[in-house]
Amino acid sequence: MIGKLKKYLPEGRTLVIAIPLVWMLLFFLIPFAIVLKISFSEMMTAIPPFSTLWKYADEMLNVKLNMGNYLFLLTDDLYISAYINSVKMATLSTVFCLLIGYPMAYSIANASPTVRNILLLGIVLPSWTSFLIRIYAWIGILKNNGLFNNFLMGLGVIDQPLIILNTNIAVYIGIVYAYLPFMILPLYTNLVKHDHTLLEAAYDLGARPWKSFLAITIPLSFPGIVAGSMLIFIPVVGEFVIPELLGGSETLMIGRVLWQEFFNNRDWPVASAVAIIMLLLLAIPVAVFHHYQSKEAL
Amino acid sequence: MKGRTSYKMIIVLALGYAFLFGPIVILIVYSFNASKLVTVWGGFSLKWYGELLKDKGILDAFWNSLRIAFCTAGFATALGTIAGYVMARFGRFRGHTTFASTITAPLVMPEVITGLASLLLFVSMERIIGWPQGRGMLTIWIAHVTFATAFVAIIVSSRLRDMDLSIEEAALDLGAPPLKVFFVITLPIIAPALISGWLLAFTLSLDDLVITSFVAGPGSTTLPMKVFSAARLGISPKINAIGTLIVLIASFFIVSFSIISFKMEKKRKREAQQAFENN
Repeated sequence: MIGKLKKYLPEGRTLVIAIPLVWMLLFFLIPFAIVLKISFSEMMTAIPPFSTLWKYADEMLNVKLNMGNYLFLLTDDLYISAYINSVKMATLSTVFCLLIGYPMAYSIANASPTVRNILLLGIVLPSWTSFLIRIYAWIGILKNNGLFNNFLMGLGVIDQPLIILNTNIAVYIGIVYAYLPFMILPLYTNLVKHDHTLLEAAYDLGARPWKSFLAITIPLSFPGIVAGSMLIFIPVVGEFVIPELLGGSETLMIGRVLWQEFFNNRDWPVASAVAIIMLLLLAIPVAVFHHYQSKEAL
Repeated sequence: MKGRTSYKMIIVLALGYAFLFGPIVILIVYSFNASKLVTVWGGFSLKWYGELLKDKGILDAFWNSLRIAFCTAGFATALGTIAGYVMARFGRFRGHTTFASTITAPLVMPEVITGLASLLLFVSMERIIGWPQGRGMLTIWIAHVTFATAFVAIIVSSRLRDMDLSIEEAALDLGAPPLKVFFVITLPIIAPALISGWLLAFTLSLDDLVITSFVAGPGSTTLPMKVFSAARLGISPKINAIGTLIVLIASFFIVSFSIISFKMEKKRKREAQQAFENN
């Protein structure tokens, strides 16, 4: 069908492709090359606060690559444990989102069409209202004299308030809360397309509901699971706002480290090196995501 | 199709929605709290909303955020529609996967990296070509357009893929020039996608903290930056009041849009059916 349309397509086809592409190249891809470049420079007290990589003088091109930032990151325990911890927290939060999101997406997909639209709106609505405000709302709930502790103490379940705010538990709650819609929406889009005759055939052949769910529904929904997981895992590795507002000093995450290097230490080269290593770490998940996205689109 | 809802599913959904909406409801309720202690109820009061109106810093930041969000949404919708159209309608031109990956790349990129990269670009550009001079509203706008475009492109291209090609083809066969077909046939059909793209771009821009903090300059403090610096110091009823206003405005936009697009869709289906019956 596209082929038939093709002969009519405008002469300005290339132009149409070029406009958004040039914008993205200039403002999204080229910046990464600059981050890479600056990660090899030295910090200086100047404006901007880093050294230049190459100098041309007396017919000599001097290129000075400073490996110091990377050596520094790889030898300092703080950075390594921040990377490991971020990956660990992102993995666990993705699993939690999947465990909570899958039953929800499944239930929404199985509701009648009118109810389904309302339920979907209920998922989209919180994800479109301020992320920051929604994280902020948890501070009041989780703090020592907050609503959750007051509630439990009122019931007489506990005598001492539970310390939740400024711990990793609070960070997990915040992440799952904020990112849950990103798991539910792709899963729903996948599950709602499933052909129910397959399940019925399995039932007719005597398969138990649980078994047919595991053997048919889960494998069919795999693209949805991958899309949702990547949409959560990748941004959570670099998450800054949630660990900053809900976490404590024990919450060592790489997004927070990058922020501190940049804003507090004003060390742009080290911040750039932190970003480059984070990108290398995320290269595989990002590739997996794009692979499934392009497959879905065809 | 009939629903297959069991009581287990109802429990799952009830708990899930309680988790998603509970904190927002609590935030809203406590914004009307007379007591300064945020978690102790001291009677109904609107005083924190009054305080908000007196806070010039917050009002200025809000005004900045609104202006940036409006400009971002308009431009990102235009750029994202073009990109989405290319992704859905141009078929397998050379480099079409590269195109799609480039356009949607900001979707899966930690914000700290995007923010840092954008800032370093602006700094380098200023050094080499002398533009943009310093950081401020313009640099925030460029950075916001860049990530919002990716979201609009996804919405528009998935809408176009669902859309029946035959109408466009019919118009082309009847000799309408391609640009005219795009503006007269394609655009009206994908209008709901454009509106949701615009709304999403608007809310994303209004809400962004991390990227904005990197590329903002003096005098371009946005509302999320204000809220964040206040929230770092702990909770205050004033932030609850701002939060309530933001949540209510965003919900109003989204719910009314959903109702309108739902009705438009119904009307379109009815008209299509009538057209078939009349022939």
